[in-house]
Amino acid sequence: MNAPGGAEPLLAVEDLVVDYRIHRKLRLRALKGVSISVGAGECVGLVGESGSGKSTLGKAVLGLAAVTSGRISFDGQDITHVKGAARRRLANDIQVVFQDPYGSLDPTMTVGEVLAEPLEVTGTSREKARAVVAEMLDHVRLPSDAVHRYPSEFSGGQRQRIAIARALVRRPRLIVCDEPVSALDLTTQSTILDLFIDLQRDTGVSYLFVSHDLGVVRRICHRVSVMYQGEIVEDGDTTKVTDDPEHPYTRRLLLAAPVADPVRQAERRATWLGLRDSA
Amino acid sequence: MTTAPFPTTLAPVKRISLWRRYLRRPLGVVALAVLLVVVAVAVLAPWLAPFDPNLVDFKLTHATPGDGHLLGGDSAGRDILSRLLYGAQTTLFGAVITCAAGLLLGVPAGVSAGYFGGATDRVCSWISDALQSVPGMIVLLVVAAGTGQSFVVLMVALGIFLAPGYYRITRARALSVRKEPYIDAARVAGVTNGRILRTHMLRAVYAPIVVQTALTAGIAIGMQAGLQFLGIGSASTPSWGQMMNDGFQNMLNYPLILLWPSIALGLTIAALAFIGSTLADLVSVRSEQPTRRDRSRVRESLAAPAPGDLAERVASGSHAHDAEDCALRVDNLRVGYAVSNGVKEVVRGVSLDAAPGEVLGIVGESGSGKTQTIFSVLNLLPSGGTAVADGIWVGGREVGRLSPGERAALLGRSIGYVPQEPMTNLDPCYTIGHQLVEPLRHVHGMSKAAARERAREVLVQVGITDPDRVLVSYPHQISGGMAQRVLIAGAVAGRPPLLVADEPTTALDVTVQAEVLELLRELQREYGMALVIVTHNFGVVADICDRVVVMKDGRIVETGPVERIFRNPEDPYTAELISASLDDTESRQELDEAWSRESPAALDRVGEKDGAR
Repeated sequence: MNAPGGAEPLLAVEDLVVDYRIHRKLRLRALKGVSISVGAGECVGLVGESGSGKSTLGKAVLGLAAVTSGRISFDGQDITHVKGAARRRLANDIQVVFQDPYGSLDPTMTVGEVLAEPLEVTGTSREKARAVVAEMLDHVRLPSDAVHRYPSEFSGGQRQRIAIARALVRRPRLIVCDEPVSALDLTTQSTILDLFIDLQRDTGVSYLFVSHDLGVVRRICHRVSVMYQGEIVEDGDTTKVTDDPEHPYTRRLLLAAPVADPVRQAERRATWLGLRDSA
Repeated sequence: MTTAPFPTTLAPVKRISLWRRYLRRPLGVVALAVLLVVVAVAVLAPWLAPFDPNLVDFKLTHATPGDGHLLGGDSAGRDILSRLLYGAQTTLFGAVITCAAGLLLGVPAGVSAGYFGGATDRVCSWISDALQSVPGMIVLLVVAAGTGQSFVVLMVALGIFLAPGYYRITRARALSVRKEPYIDAARVAGVTNGRILRTHMLRAVYAPIVVQTALTAGIAIGMQAGLQFLGIGSASTPSWGQMMNDGFQNMLNYPLILLWPSIALGLTIAALAFIGSTLADLVSVRSEQPTRRDRSRVRESLAAPAPGDLAERVASGSHAHDAEDCALRVDNLRVGYAVSNGVKEVVRGVSLDAAPGEVLGIVGESGSGKTQTIFSVLNLLPSGGTAVADGIWVGGREVGRLSPGERAALLGRSIGYVPQEPMTNLDPCYTIGHQLVEPLRHVHGMSKAAARERAREVLVQVGITDPDRVLVSYPHQISGGMAQRVLIAGAVAGRPPLLVADEPTTALDVTVQAEVLELLRELQREYGMALVIVTHNFGVVADICDRVVVMKDGRIVETGPVERIFRNPEDPYTAELISASLDDTESRQELDEAWSRESPAALDRVGEKDGAR
């Protein structure tokens, strides 16, 4: 399961366990020993229902969830418990795009300020930052006069472009995408997915792509891991997993998504009902 | 935006600043003018005052207004007007010190407590609570005695007692902002905690702090006058509280001496209070409430011939059934909202119908007007929205002719409604049993026992295996999928002939979505209901609908039976929406293969880049 080049993967997660503290004594095991790897220029998908632990894995890589045991390494370096200034230095290499295009941009900042912030913390000069921001807006195909606007003046799809541009300004090597298209209309969804693919081809960035939609994952990911209740039940090449799933859960997940064709959907539903009743 | 994914220019927006919106409030403007006059008087006191405020002239003792002394003299023979003008200086100076002390203590503590939580929060909150439980006036008197009546120290001490007000307001705001994804995004971007506090957090608390400062200044001035009234403060600096004390002692014989400082103090405090409440209004209410005039303006505009492409007000869409056979029939519906420069029409002439036993899908993207159409039928338009139609028939009755009470009764009995967000549509304060039983008792007049039995029965019907446990549960004790089942149970409990579902599966996982669709199909068949389902997903349409209405920009672009729409969409927009679903698209591997065939050089470039690393 290594990167296409066969070299050491960019991101390697080994046997990761994450517990959430619900109560002083009660703990919930969100991840029960999960291993994945992401190579350079590769997109790896994490698919599952809510509560399957897929977002937790993304958060652990970003340092937003405390790891109980296991190891996360980035470019050969152990980043499992990295905090403070060392974690902030990782921001050069690892970035994020969140699901909610409304909550992920500070409503009181202009787009220019939002995009310049990750640069300013590294001490980039104002002129340089302005040039990079203009370049990134062009990358995500937003007009350059967007910098003077507030996030509330954009549609959901445009905001997600802004969030992607913010993830790109530091020219990271890995972007964790946490359900980045699931709050968008279907047509907007496909243009954003195409944008993700184009950006990957242009910059060679890697994606860890968290989603509940196997259709989206099939479109953008090279490989996929299917998660169920904190464990990976199946992984492999996306084309193979979506064409010919092995695990019954993957099959159920695949059949549950309706297709936009009444005749085929009727068949699919019948198969799904059969699978559900036998399960 | 979706049809033109790469806009080259952005539409101009009209931003109305807080300042401009403030100036539209007459009460706020008057209050601000009063405060500005007081400030001007304080600054210009040395030039405005006709006499030295401490100059004693025995002839002036208890003098009535006149003879060069506009407001007369006080009991020590000093000019009241001059003392009043200089007193404004003291008052405002004290208020500024108090507010500054409260701000500098309360805001950083509140922001840090809200952002960091844990021990920081506990310690800060403990101190704040302790401060609030100490009797402030007594401590202030002690401080006054202990510091030789230093005015500045006293005002700082007062500020410390008012700091918990700032603390509470900023902590609450910071607590809610801390959970926003943009804070996580900033942390991932390598922004330090200090910088997050200074930028994101401070911006979030800015508006409530401004409001709080106006109110705190009013309180500070009142407390300050109280202290001076008790005789605290230097006798040589004129102050309003001192003047009131003087007036109070001669109240029966010379009431005018008390009147002047009371007016000055009352006006200043009232001005600050009104400024505060006007600001609070403006900050909390983003969109202003429409007036009755706005509403009639919208109604007139929707009824009048429109400029542009729809001058004749032609309806879009068509009716498939005879009027008397329909469970729902909408004829030329238009919905408009009042905006600053006219009326914004979000639904521009929509006609549709659904017969009993039929499933009608309304499809469109966000902003197409599909939800607004449904809300007009349900009479649930948000305030500011006005619906005008040639007719809306529910179960053969025209709802426009009914009185509001009759309309509510008809809607309650003949329409079941399944909303998009299951969790926010259940009241967290009541058990699920209560929320299912109450409508049955009030709308359908069932007895308590019968209603409870019916609620239990529908819960079983929607596939809940332990209905008795669910009936006594609160909404937070069940999952999202279960909550949607409960809402569906509530919608069908009264056996309505029409069920309306607004994006009923969008907030759910795909596996739960399949279950809910299956459930809706079963119930619809069993009850022979008409089902109107609003969605943006053509997969859902293919799964459940008999007929479909495609909406774009408030108009129906196409309507027809599901098989025909999918096989042979007449409108290019319908075709675009259908093809946007990712069912048969190429996988990433196939896309990459095609791409490398087209541009092998590009692939090499990526390969080199990887090799270089």
